[in-house]
Amino acid sequence: MTETDGKPKSKPLVAAALGLGTLLGIILLTELLIRLSVISRFVIPPPSEIAMSFGRVITQEDVVGRFFITMGETVAAGALLTVVGVPLGVALHRFAVLRQATETWIAAYAAAPVVLAYPLFLVICGRNSWTIIVMAFLNGLAPVILKTLEGLSAIKPVLLNLGRSYRMTPWQQFWRLLFPAALPAIFTGLRLGLIFAMISIVGVEFLINLGGLGPLINTLSERYDMPGTYAAICFVVLVSIIFFVLLERIERWLQPRR
Amino acid sequence: MTMSSEDRTTSPPPHTASLRPMLSVAGVARRFQLASGQLTAVETLSFDVAAGEFVTIIGPSGCGKSTLFNMIGGLLPASEGTIRVDGETVTEPHEAIGIVFQEDSTLPWRNVLGNVAFPLELRGMPKAERLDRAQHFVELVGLGGFEKHMPAELSGGMRQRVAIARTLAQEPKLLLMDEPFASLDEQTRLLLGDKVTQIQQDLKQTVVLITHNITEAVQLSDRIVVMTYRPGRIKRVIDIDLPRPRTSDIVGSDAFGHYVAEIWSDLREEASKGLVEAEARARVR
Repeated sequence: MTETDGKPKSKPLVAAALGLGTLLGIILLTELLIRLSVISRFVIPPPSEIAMSFGRVITQEDVVGRFFITMGETVAAGALLTVVGVPLGVALHRFAVLRQATETWIAAYAAAPVVLAYPLFLVICGRNSWTIIVMAFLNGLAPVILKTLEGLSAIKPVLLNLGRSYRMTPWQQFWRLLFPAALPAIFTGLRLGLIFAMISIVGVEFLINLGGLGPLINTLSERYDMPGTYAAICFVVLVSIIFFVLLERIERWLQPRR
Repeated sequence: MTMSSEDRTTSPPPHTASLRPMLSVAGVARRFQLASGQLTAVETLSFDVAAGEFVTIIGPSGCGKSTLFNMIGGLLPASEGTIRVDGETVTEPHEAIGIVFQEDSTLPWRNVLGNVAFPLELRGMPKAERLDRAQHFVELVGLGGFEKHMPAELSGGMRQRVAIARTLAQEPKLLLMDEPFASLDEQTRLLLGDKVTQIQQDLKQTVVLITHNITEAVQLSDRIVVMTYRPGRIKRVIDIDLPRPRTSDIVGSDAFGHYVAEIWSDLREEASKGLVEAEARARVR
């Protein structure tokens, strides 16, 4: 970053310290409130107990294996979202009729509680990871399509004229102008889609008691092992953190600072 | 594509080519069909631009400057008449015409060098060669040292210079600019004008500039074509006999003031018509 940027210089260290500090503060406050019996330890176990249970959950409940199952399902759903969702958005941009015919439906579909359809997919796909992946894909699809469409439509007219003045072929126009211009919006869509997909993955895993971390939460909570339950939830959060860091890396690799 | 490499090699040597205008606009009109009837944006436009000449088209808002720009750029077909560049009729964007747009047209995902190399890349020029050439033009517009900067890190004036460098890198026979400095402040505009003048003289570049800014027009041009308010016609053509090489210092001279006054007296009437019409429209609403 240079002076011409006009933005105040960011202090990454200060920001990181503030973030971690807030997190630690909340944990300490929770611990304190539980120890003072303001919060019942049967509802929320003290963070110290959760921390202590990590080792137990990891060794006894095969957390690592489960973590990779959930992670794998997320990767599969993310790949499907990218491979299907982005081209669908492109198709909607390319064919005005298609767009006019379906845009409102897709927007409505984005708001629909698709997760309720899980029994249907249990029947179609069977009680296996595919049900979980397909549900996640369907939950995350709408924002990917809509954001891709939005990004492609929002390209500045002057850039399209520039493309015309260079006598670009439609192929060049898409790959050299439209797609790179839409990339930030596409990534926003993918990020949104993945949020919905991850919620769906853990939710459906929990509901059908199959797969990775979702059933673990189910099992542990049924055992009234509250510290273990929260420890498992921490692993779910870890999956999402890893995923978003990964996505950010890919975005930065494709799109140097702009 | 209307020009093949063969045409290029068989084109006449420079001394005879100079007899043929680089740009010829002959009897051009453009009409638009509106719900309320037909609108004539420009009509009976005819003028030539010689090789190496700097010609400015000036007119009030609504005189069809942008329409004319789009037609010369091959972005909009003319309803009547023909536009020729270096003898070839323009029906679509022509290889020989390099365009600088009014709006910021830098590609935000490419750095300065990548932006300038972009048209060369489309043309399939080898990487080393195109980066070399891009580097040359980046330095020419005074952006040396900013090669790796992204457009978002540059000021508006710098971004417009990137766009100019990018267009020059194509080595167009005709540089066509649509109010390239419109969004810049007056001082930046004057200084960029110096840069453009100097580059134009060095490269002997044929330039057509579209603007509504009188100072800019007089500072830069060999000839100024003044247009009327709607429908846009040519009101007058004024030769600017100011010495070259020219810098923005000339803005303070008597001759400069004289030209500005002369053009303003022409434009004033036309701009008033536009103002009256705009007010009338506002009143109807």
